[in-house]
Amino acid sequence: MDEKKPTRQHAVMDITPSRRLLLQGLGTVATMPLLPRLARAQAGSLRRVIPSTGEAIPAMGLGTWITFNVGDDRVARDECAAVLRAFFAGGGGMVDSSPMYGSSQAVVGDALQKIGRPATLFAADKVWIASGAAGAKQIEESRRHWTVPRFDLLQVHNLVSWPEHLKTLQAMKAAGQLRYVGITTSEGRRHREFEEVMRRETLDFIQVTYNPVDREVEERILPLAAERGIAVIVNRPFRQGALTRRLARQPLPGWATEIGAASWAQALLKFTLAHPSVTVIIPATSRVAHVQENIAAAGGTLPDAALRARIAREVAALA
Amino acid sequence: MSEWWTYSLTDFLLFSPATYARLFALYNHAVWPAQLVALAAGAFLLAMGWRRHPAFPRAALAALALGWAWTGWAFHLQRYATINWAAVWFAAGFLVQAALLGVAAVKFGDAAPTTGARFTAGVAMWALALLYPLLAPMTGRPFDQAEVIGFAPDPTALATLGLLLMTRLPWRWLLLPLPLLWCVISGATLWTMAAA
Repeated sequence: MDEKKPTRQHAVMDITPSRRLLLQGLGTVATMPLLPRLARAQAGSLRRVIPSTGEAIPAMGLGTWITFNVGDDRVARDECAAVLRAFFAGGGGMVDSSPMYGSSQAVVGDALQKIGRPATLFAADKVWIASGAAGAKQIEESRRHWTVPRFDLLQVHNLVSWPEHLKTLQAMKAAGQLRYVGITTSEGRRHREFEEVMRRETLDFIQVTYNPVDREVEERILPLAAERGIAVIVNRPFRQGALTRRLARQPLPGWATEIGAASWAQALLKFTLAHPSVTVIIPATSRVAHVQENIAAAGGTLPDAALRARIAREVAALA
Repeated sequence: MSEWWTYSLTDFLLFSPATYARLFALYNHAVWPAQLVALAAGAFLLAMGWRRHPAFPRAALAALALGWAWTGWAFHLQRYATINWAAVWFAAGFLVQAALLGVAAVKFGDAAPTTGARFTAGVAMWALALLYPLLAPMTGRPFDQAEVIGFAPDPTALATLGLLLMTRLPWRWLLLPLPLLWCVISGATLWTMAAA
């Protein structure tokens, strides 16, 4: 296994279109300092840089866990296609799925056929099978479900058989069949081993759970990602809807207006997006209105460190 | 997979309650009006059992064998498996149970009825299986999401437990585990969906 040298400059930042042009012109993406305490971006235009390549991608992604697993239900499949259409229309990029998610991959593929595959699609999937030898076959099945020529990112789901699968993914990347390699975990699962893999392997992405209540990754994993130049995808920003359901009974605090959050969902997303190590956030939804609300959260003002601490405190107390 | 211990019950809830309910609605529309035949047959068998008709054990075992086989194939394999990869295993279990019930129908069709509270409990359980479709409107769901004996797993398992209580079947310890296991799986699914 390769020992990755920490040579990459941590280059996660907020980029408005004008900043992007400037960065392209100057070629200084990797050395751009972090933005001031209240970062601003146009609605849906927030982009973050993947440290390993300098590629900027939309910070708002879309998860498919549960929401896209609708089987052969044609009505529900059309609704999923409408969600994807709204997601891309709003400037979203990354769509994330897994062979673990039932029919989600096939539903994404069906939706992409219906709406046409947008140029901004960043196709992220996972390998999730105990046998390392069976990884390549599962990945090919996933690709066929998605109806894409290749994936942008493949991740080892929940570290399942990660030594074998990472070899497969790195070989695919070397052969040009894949652009990025990553690993995932969720809900604080196996963080110690996760860290170990981050230190030992060459990774482009990690995927973790992070929100104002689940903040364990702040201590070691997010700083390590910054140190190692690894992009961070955040899953379960709403704790699978549990946070927003609980907070729905509470009035929106005054600070929400300060950061342009019109709902608790937007406040939670802004909290997570404002962490400088976070590259993409992938809330899952089956409703067009919600995907538009999520996309809008990636615009406007993001909370500074002091406000983030306050949000975490208040959300933990209310939820 | 050595990592199973890292998963919780909610990690295996792959679908939303709405998707699960829609699955039954689409299934019911596809097989309508066969559910009426199943309900009529179920009621007729219950009457036979209540009167301790000698043909009841064989008829009930055969009918339930058919119900388990159909549910395993048409519900689990054809429909549920589209949103839950574990349903392939559920289908296998249902087909095994169907085979066991079929063999029992041939070998022990003349089993004697039980008596007392056990018999009454069995009758009540079978009756509940017949009334199971009412659960949909009682919980605020439309009737087309109803779960019907012989077509849906829960009432089919419930009726089987009723039969095992109503008759002195020699193989009842062999016929009992899979219906009980399904009750646990279904209960966990419904509980997780309610908690999610």
